Amino acid sequence: MNFSNASLLQLAIVTPLGAALVIALGLPKRFATKLAAAAFALPALIALWLWSQFPAEGAQNYQFLSSLDTGLASFGISLKLGLNGIALPMFHLAAIVGLAAGLYALRSSAERLKTYLVLLLVMHGGLLGVFASVDIFFFYFFHELALIPTFIMVGIWGGRDRNYAAMKMTIYLTVGAMLSLIGLIAIYVKSDASTFDLIELKRAIAVQGIGAATQNNIFGVLMFGFGILVSLWPLHTWAPLGYGAAPSSAAMLHAGVLKKFGLYGLIQIAVPLLPEGAAHWAWKLALLASLGNVLVIGFVTMAQRDLKQMLGYSSVMHMGYCFLGIAALSTIGTGGVVLLMVAHGLSVALLFLLATSIHHRTHTFDMSEMGGLAQKTPVLAAFFVAGTMASIGLPGFANFWGELTVFVALWNFSPWITAVAVAGVVISAIYGLRSAAWVFFGQPTEALQRVTAAHPPADLDWYERLPALILLAALLFFGFYPKAISQPVDQALTSTVARTAPVSFQR
Amino acid sequence: MSTELLKVVADSNQWWALAPEIMVACAALGLLVLEIFTPKEHHRFIPHVAVVVLAMVLVTVALNFDKTWGGEELFGSLIKLSASGQIARVFFLLSSLLVCFLATICLPRTRMPRVEFYHIVLVVTAALMLLAQSNHFVMFFVALETVTIGFYILVSYFRDNALTLEAGLKYLVLGALSSALMLFGIVLIYGAVGRVVIEGVVHTGFEYGIVADFLRHNPDNFLAVAGALLVLGGVAFKIGAFPFQIWIPDVYQGAPTPVTAFLAVSSKAAGFAVLLTLVLNVFSPLAYVVVPVLSVLAAATIIVGNLSALSQRNAKRLMGLSGVSHAGYLLIGVIAALSVPAAANAVWFYLFTYLLASMAVFGVMAHVAGADDTAQELDHYEKLARQRPLLGTVLAVGLGSLAGIPPLAGFMGKLLLFVAAFQAGLYWLLAVAIGGVVLSIYYYFGWIKAAWFETWSPSPATAQAPARSVAATTFVGRAVLTALALATVLLGFYQEPLTSWLMP
Repeated sequence: MNFSNASLLQLAIVTPLGAALVIALGLPKRFATKLAAAAFALPALIALWLWSQFPAEGAQNYQFLSSLDTGLASFGISLKLGLNGIALPMFHLAAIVGLAAGLYALRSSAERLKTYLVLLLVMHGGLLGVFASVDIFFFYFFHELALIPTFIMVGIWGGRDRNYAAMKMTIYLTVGAMLSLIGLIAIYVKSDASTFDLIELKRAIAVQGIGAATQNNIFGVLMFGFGILVSLWPLHTWAPLGYGAAPSSAAMLHAGVLKKFGLYGLIQIAVPLLPEGAAHWAWKLALLASLGNVLVIGFVTMAQRDLKQMLGYSSVMHMGYCFLGIAALSTIGTGGVVLLMVAHGLSVALLFLLATSIHHRTHTFDMSEMGGLAQKTPVLAAFFVAGTMASIGLPGFANFWGELTVFVALWNFSPWITAVAVAGVVISAIYGLRSAAWVFFGQPTEALQRVTAAHPPADLDWYERLPALILLAALLFFGFYPKAISQPVDQALTSTVARTAPVSFQR
Repeated sequence: MSTELLKVVADSNQWWALAPEIMVACAALGLLVLEIFTPKEHHRFIPHVAVVVLAMVLVTVALNFDKTWGGEELFGSLIKLSASGQIARVFFLLSSLLVCFLATICLPRTRMPRVEFYHIVLVVTAALMLLAQSNHFVMFFVALETVTIGFYILVSYFRDNALTLEAGLKYLVLGALSSALMLFGIVLIYGAVGRVVIEGVVHTGFEYGIVADFLRHNPDNFLAVAGALLVLGGVAFKIGAFPFQIWIPDVYQGAPTPVTAFLAVSSKAAGFAVLLTLVLNVFSPLAYVVVPVLSVLAAATIIVGNLSALSQRNAKRLMGLSGVSHAGYLLIGVIAALSVPAAANAVWFYLFTYLLASMAVFGVMAHVAGADDTAQELDHYEKLARQRPLLGTVLAVGLGSLAGIPPLAGFMGKLLLFVAAFQAGLYWLLAVAIGGVVLSIYYYFGWIKAAWFETWSPSPATAQAPARSVAATTFVGRAVLTALALATVLLGFYQEPLTSWLMP
């Protein structure tokens, strides 16, 4: 049984990559879309099955383990796959958002649709691989596999300023990835374990720790490397620009899933392996995240008029909460971050999807030129308002639990920082509700009336509704049943972060 | 000379060990003979003979690859059979095979004689293979000069082009200078080792083993140190390391595209094969001076190469200057190899990935190049991906691998080098290298951008204006380019075929 589950995990990663290869080698278009749909759907089904197979009790270690030597065993690198309690929800996030983004892309009007699907499938395969990797080298490798298609998709199918945006994203994210790689290699060298296998590394470091000064240096490198990838202030400027220009499915996958790579790396690798380094940097990280990401970016977001730019900035802001949860260095905070990552990934993907749908109907992203769309497209309006509510963190949506647990953890860390973070919720309520009001309510502007007169806006099609519904359903499911995430996370955390705070995260 | 001595010499002359070189050299002569004795209308088949011979020798060497060859010295220790020499043979044969493939695309466009081109390529290949296995400074110098003189002719092969002639002259003058420096260094070492005894073939100050032995006992001999540095300077010219990279942009631009590829891949790799042997086996007692010098060279090479490549718009100059920075990364591997043995394998791994990626890019360049081989601007690549999806994809894969973007093979090469450098504790060099990699993303990506991302044009007239004619791809051309790109992708995921062979 265990063996077959491990191979299912492998299959989930191989399916999108294999489908991409087959389509790239020249499959006719009508088969290509069918194959792509199947390749997007299969990992989601496998993910659901694996969830049901994940043991409810005593699963402190990795499940579904498998290992494959790719020829670098002498360097301590092997393709080792498996899921622990933290990886499991993230793997599901990748599978769900990938399915939604893929379904949305299938019927998009993109030119050269086959190339688009190939890149999206590669990205999907990479994302699934990131969270299923136990080997920290392949963890990085799959991230890059998912990252490169993003640049190309922005460059070819992007909107305004796409060349500039693609270049800026490439350079920023390459610097971030390089720094992370140096940090990971430093762990590999300094641990003396001569392996990239996370399980072995943990064991080796538990026996003979890394010196405090070295830990500080390595954690600093990783924090800024991962920080660039997650858009830590002031290294965030690529994010709004890139998301503003990216085609919808790429933005969904990148903002929803790929961006969580850095946070996941901090939680899964940096904090457990370098506890003293984490303690050394915690306050600096908390200050950057609270004042920079939450407050400064919060105000910048309020000033945005472009819908996609606003979503890009708001996702930068929400990453601030995740950093704060990590900086709290407690099981509650870390657990909250995992919940928040899943919730934010679902909600931001939903909003990017709807933003493109809105653009199809208004032919503009400028919110000050919109208005009154709710009368013509009530379903679209309902989805958008629900997505906005989730993003603000209203109870009933998964985001609520994530933010709440992060705030609880922060209170023990520093009440002042908590105050700043809670102020951020007010800010996000302001810009969230205002954007919904601008787009859907009030009177349409003259410019919009001209556009709608020429192209009467239809409500959401089934191919737009289906992915939106999947995302919204997941948001509500985790909102009403957060235990689905908190239980596996709790099991994994009590074994990894236990030495810093032996408090259980579950109530 | 006594008969005893002759017998000893004859016993060590194991010609079978040099069979690959001999076959390639005979084939080179055979091409000329064929040209004389076959009717003119059959001359276009002669290049195929060169390709077939190279392919056959390549397969033979690869199949008879013997990992256990642990340094038997032949021909009065002129030649040393070793595993790394075998790797070098395979490398140079593969590279020359691909150069011949490029030549079949480029040469028909000009009115230049064809057979001689393949003849010289084969001669240079044989010399390159000997160079990598030489165990004696005289053998080393003779093989190196054979290579260099071959390149003098090849660089200025399209002699009706002014830029090509300029390139040929530059390469000749600077190459001669570097050879002179190297020869001076060899002589200094010979003088220092000091056994000016002419008693036949054995025990002279030219033999690597003797020199290494001498240096081990006298690591601070001034003459020997000066000689070693001069020799390394000559090698630095071959690999295009700072400050000997001056010739690169002009010569790379002026040389015919296949020759540029030959220079970029084989000539550079030959330099590193020699450098590894010299630094690890001969000059290792001089590490106290060699390591600082090479470290400064490596850092300066990476910085200069990347910075000067940033502003290039000519594809060949860009390949040349970015190749300079690759030499810098590889130099780090050579330095690391002194303390981490795995680094030498990492250098070879890197060179193989560099070969695959560079040849893929040069293959695309050969197709895109117009009548004037020296004028290959990045703007000519506009809309390439739309008109020729295959060429566009191969170009993107090749450039991505050169830039070291995962999951392509070039990334694995860089990773192995950087891990080795980390283990050797070369943190500053590593920081410089990482900075260089980030810079290189800019210009490699700029090229991919030119081919893939269409710039928005204000009017349809300018949008359709210069539709450049890109040469049609033959079936063989498509197959070779696809194979190169696929190999680059596969090696990024699965390194077993190369590592199991490189790292016994």
